[in-house]
Formats: sequence, structure tokens, C-alpha cells
Amino acid sequence: MIYLNAFLIGGLICALTQILIDKTKLMPGRIMVMLVVLGSIFGAIGWYDDLIDFAGAGASVPICSFGNTLWKGVKEDIDTYGFTGIFTGGFTAGAIGISSALIFGYLASLIFKPKMKD
Amino acid sequence: MDDIKKNYDDYVKSVTPTTSLAKNMWHAFLIGGAICLFGQILITLFETIGTDEETAGAYEIILLVFLAVMLTGLGIYPKLAKYAGAGTLVPITGFANSVSSPAIEFQKEGQIFGVGCRIFSIAGPVILFGILSSWVLGLLYWIGSVI
Repeated sequence: MIYLNAFLIGGLICALTQILIDKTKLMPGRIMVMLVVLGSIFGAIGWYDDLIDFAGAGASVPICSFGNTLWKGVKEDIDTYGFTGIFTGGFTAGAIGISSALIFGYLASLIFKPKMKD
Repeated sequence: MDDIKKNYDDYVKSVTPTTSLAKNMWHAFLIGGAICLFGQILITLFETIGTDEETAGAYEIILLVFLAVMLTGLGIYPKLAKYAGAGTLVPITGFANSVSSPAIEFQKEGQIFGVGCRIFSIAGPVILFGILSSWVLGLLYWIGSVI
């Protein structure tokens, strides 16, 4: 059941990250960087795609999936173009996440006014 | 009487962090899991209307990012984040939040040094080290493929 697996694995990754936050007091930026780097390493070992096969969005929605996506892009471009693929693959594969966040984020800055922090 | 109170206070102090960690983990699990479940529903939805697997995943990311940016602008995402902790930080929606939140907040500092620079305050490190680590792994893979 892909829905149950998505919920459980996605939730589990978040819960484990919560331990890291509570125990180390690391800032969100560092946590996200760690997850992305871990994701690319797990991707290179070949584990991350297995996890996506099992959990669907439970593995592809967490930010570590971004690292896996970058790695897969690099690998595909190396297979196709050789050496230059090391430089092109990451941004090609990561374009959807990066571009959508930047474009919507920028448009939001035109529409919304800053809010006072509670 | 004072001793009892002191003992009790010490006891409370000694157990509080553990309970709050368990509670935080539970909240992160619930909300993080729910966001992923929602993502899965979107993917399945796009696939049932005939989009291929890769495109369905792309639509899903674009839609999740869009919704997270809207919720950030409306001030709802930060409220949810206070409850969910890592549950709202870890999913791609947390990345969208980390991009849009400073873009909105620093617009008064101008287009270039306000929005333009601050929009990358968390996305910048994430993209830099993501690209770097995949580049290093790619280099190893390339070396392995030519020898």
C-alpha cells in the first residue's frame, strides 16, 4: 500500500530529523544541507531509488530526495555526454525544485507584505 | 515540605526534555507523514489523468512548492512549523518556505540586496553543497567509467 508507506517513511524521516534538531540545536539550514548531502550519497550507493520504489512520495518529498535527484542527473549526463556531464547534470535534474521555489518565492515577495513575528 | 517540592521540581526538570522530544517527534511524524501522503495522492492523481511517471512527479513538486509559498505568504506555514518542527522543515515544502520567507521579509531592502540576496539565504547553502556533493560523486563515477 503506497499511501501507507508514503505516510510512514515520510513521517519517519521527519521524526528522525527532529531528534537531530532537539539534540544538537543545529540551525535549519545546516539540517537541510546535511539531508541533501546524505541523499546524494545514498543515491550514489543505489539505496535511495529503492526507498522511492517502496515509499513513493514518502521518500521523494523529503529534501534528501533533492540530493538523490542531483546525483541521478549527474550520472545520466555522464552516461550521455561524458566528462561535461559532471557539471551539467545536477542543475538540469534539480531545475524543477530550484526554479519553482525561486520563481514562486519572488512572485510572493511582490504580492505579500512582511508579517510581524508573533 | 520544601524538600518534597524541590525533589519534585528536580524530577520534573529531569524528565521534561525526554517527553518533549517524544512529543516533538510525534508531531514531526504526523505532519511530515501527512505532507508526503498528500504528495503521493497528487502523484497518483496526475498519473490517473494520463501523465507519465516523471511528469507526474514534476507537477507534484511544482504544486507542493506553490502551495507552500502561498501558505508562507499568508502566514500559515510558520504557524504550522511551530507545531510540526522537522515535519514542515524536511519536506520540499520546507525548502519552498525557506526561499519565499526571506524574499517576502526583506523586500524593503530592495530588489538586489533585499529579495535577490536573501532569497538564497538557506537555498544557497542547500544548492551549493548539493551540487558539490553530487559533483564529487559524479567525478568518482566518471573516473570509474573511464578506467
